[in-house]
Amino acid sequence: MTVTMSVEMRQIVKRFGTVTANDHVDFGALPGEIHALLGENGAGKSTMMCMLSGVYRPTSGDILIGGEKVRIRSPKDAMKLGVGMVFQNFRLVQTLSAAENIVLGERSSFWRGPKWIKRKQEEIEAISRKFGLSFPVDRPIWQLSVGEQQRVEIVKTLYRGANLIILDEPTSVLTPGEVDRLFETLASMKAEGKSVILTTHKLKEVMAASDRISVMRKGRMIAVMDKKETNERELARLMVGKDFAAPRPLADRPKGKPVLIMDRVEVLGGHGRKALDGISLQVHEGEIVGVAGVAGNGQKELAEVLAGLTEWRKGTIQFGGQTFKRASVRAAIEAGIAHVPENRMKSGLAGSLGAVDNLLSKSYRTPDRSRLGFLLHGRNRSWSQSLIERFDVKTPGIDTPVRQLSGGNQQKLLFAREIEMNPKLMLAVHPTQGLDVGAAEGVHRLLTDLREAGRSVLLISEDLEEIMQLSDRILVIYNGAIAGEFSRAEADRERIGMYMAGLRDAEGDAG
Amino acid sequence: MDLFTQLVMAAVSSGTPLLIATLGGILIERSGIIQLGAEGLMLMGAVTACLTYLHTGSLALALLAVFGVSALLGLIHGVMTVSLRANQIVSGLAMTLFGTGFSAYLGKPVSGMPIPGSVPKLELTFLQDVPVLGPIFGRLDLLTWFSFFLVIAMHLFIHRTSAGLHLRAIGDNPATADVMGIRVQWTRYACIVIGSMLIGLAGADLLLVFSPTWIEGMTAGRGWIAVALIIFARWNPVRALLCAYFFGVLDTLGFRIQLVGSEVPSYFLKMIPYVVTILVLMFLGWRNRNQPSGAPESLGVPYLREQRF
Repeated sequence: MTVTMSVEMRQIVKRFGTVTANDHVDFGALPGEIHALLGENGAGKSTMMCMLSGVYRPTSGDILIGGEKVRIRSPKDAMKLGVGMVFQNFRLVQTLSAAENIVLGERSSFWRGPKWIKRKQEEIEAISRKFGLSFPVDRPIWQLSVGEQQRVEIVKTLYRGANLIILDEPTSVLTPGEVDRLFETLASMKAEGKSVILTTHKLKEVMAASDRISVMRKGRMIAVMDKKETNERELARLMVGKDFAAPRPLADRPKGKPVLIMDRVEVLGGHGRKALDGISLQVHEGEIVGVAGVAGNGQKELAEVLAGLTEWRKGTIQFGGQTFKRASVRAAIEAGIAHVPENRMKSGLAGSLGAVDNLLSKSYRTPDRSRLGFLLHGRNRSWSQSLIERFDVKTPGIDTPVRQLSGGNQQKLLFAREIEMNPKLMLAVHPTQGLDVGAAEGVHRLLTDLREAGRSVLLISEDLEEIMQLSDRILVIYNGAIAGEFSRAEADRERIGMYMAGLRDAEGDAG
Repeated sequence: MDLFTQLVMAAVSSGTPLLIATLGGILIERSGIIQLGAEGLMLMGAVTACLTYLHTGSLALALLAVFGVSALLGLIHGVMTVSLRANQIVSGLAMTLFGTGFSAYLGKPVSGMPIPGSVPKLELTFLQDVPVLGPIFGRLDLLTWFSFFLVIAMHLFIHRTSAGLHLRAIGDNPATADVMGIRVQWTRYACIVIGSMLIGLAGADLLLVFSPTWIEGMTAGRGWIAVALIIFARWNPVRALLCAYFFGVLDTLGFRIQLVGSEVPSYFLKMIPYVVTILVLMFLGWRNRNQPSGAPESLGVPYLREQRF
């Protein structure tokens, strides 16, 4: 190849203790290209990028920048070499303004009067204009939307003169419209001769945005190819290591009786703001209702109020014929609401306890599980054993702390507990977050099985693909209320995206 | 002299040790380290000042010794909390226990002995005939002037300098600061050492200006008041000034009421500042229940680079 790679990583090995995250991986990016690094969660792509940006150091292997061998010992070193990374969890100080975050770490000029600040703001605005990245420079970060925060992060790398910009899963927090806008920005950076590396597991985006594609699987580099020479199907096979079974379409079912009726419910969030602002929705028997939306529009509060964790101020919640008076987790469980929470290790499972205790944690009160306040030890163990087998949870033993299980097996265990309660409604919040494709498929099957059995599912997710694939009806949540409703037949990515962004009116104007 | 002027003077004279200690605490906590050792540091500062002054007769040496001792104690707190990542609350409490006990031991031979001099006063003759301002500012000692200077300097430092920006970033989000090339651990050490020196100075000020004799446990809880003041002031130096003087007034109010000849036992009057501390904390907690507290977001959380992911 005649062109010098802007970055080249040769035979990179990275071990964490006994775990090998990267096993002799080669990777390279050219100037003026958008290079997608594709792989499932845990394939080792983020680890690779963290070594490039100085967060980790490789166990062995070489990194070359502009054809020369370099040592990147810290993020500062990386910055000096023109490498900038936009992390999946943004590295922004919430209380500082966007401009302050961008100049953070700069040592020039100790004194910072209003003049200095103004000059810097102008510099920053010039960069934002050039690449189409607008955000209010003088507002504190916590007042900015997630999309705006990401733009701050990108400008931060550009401001520091980065020629190689790494974006780690940049689209997971964006609406479809914002994704398009991001890709335009990336294209303009490419036109400037910068190298852009994009890590992702979303095939559509890879095909839409990138020039070349590297595929990683289980810590190894599987293939490097030109976008023009490949297709989604091949990429999926390379990424997962086996053929994808196309998701089977859901058979239509007649609508049952309404199970859950929420009417104009209002919940206060932090800072006295209305997190749910008069939300009304219904879920019927045998129906999967998907709630789509950009993070932070009231999904968390919706789940919490239904699980009995949060009080509501106004409105009514009826479930299975009874009206909830006030928030009570016990009442929600007894009424038949199962809850798979957003963060399974935080509020779903107790990490240091074994499978038995975790499975018991909602049903320990029932006469089958305990008598006079004493747990029925032997019976509970054999019951746990049978559940583990039925739900195919892979664990070294029923007493192994569940923290040590893989994410997919933890989630299966959680579903086992919730489904065993024989719920009327399954409240599933981001149920496949952080799971690999196989485990996600398993979770999807559990949800559709519930539907087949005539149970209802309220699926809250930020993954629009997942929602469109599983839901009978799709509700779009925006600013704490339902902004739009789509049946499966009407569901259309673009239009849902508009509603997610709160652009319902704009859509009307466009015709 | 009218009552207002008297109150302001009392506020300044008994509020200054509180103010200096609070400013030291703010510097430390802005970097994300909890500071509960103020009571011990102030006592060590006071006893060091007393001993050095009595033995050498030099005020400058006394102050130098105070800085040295409290910097050393700060360094220990730094090693414990920053490098060894020990629990910051426990480390702070240990410092208070140590300081209380050790200062009592060191101070035993000089207990009750008056110090041989006082901090020079700045005589502003042109002010002395001006009403209100004259009595308040006309004959203030240098340490009090230093405390005014410190408020302004810290305010400008935190909000108007690059180092101050780094400090705010470290207290809120050390991982981000680290990625941006800011030396997190180094800055934390610097803040702890300098802040501890200020708290030690506050103890010295108490002895040199406010009550010029060493008495065991002479801070009488002022270190703890300073800890509470950091919270009242919401980690802001200018607000710290107002809060410290408010408590300075309360502190003297007890004496005043006694002088008037109240029937209330003096023990109850001495309680006033502490009871008000609790009441004000409760009130602020209730009033600001829907607002951020202003506390650095990573206060009390040790930072280790490898834990970033």
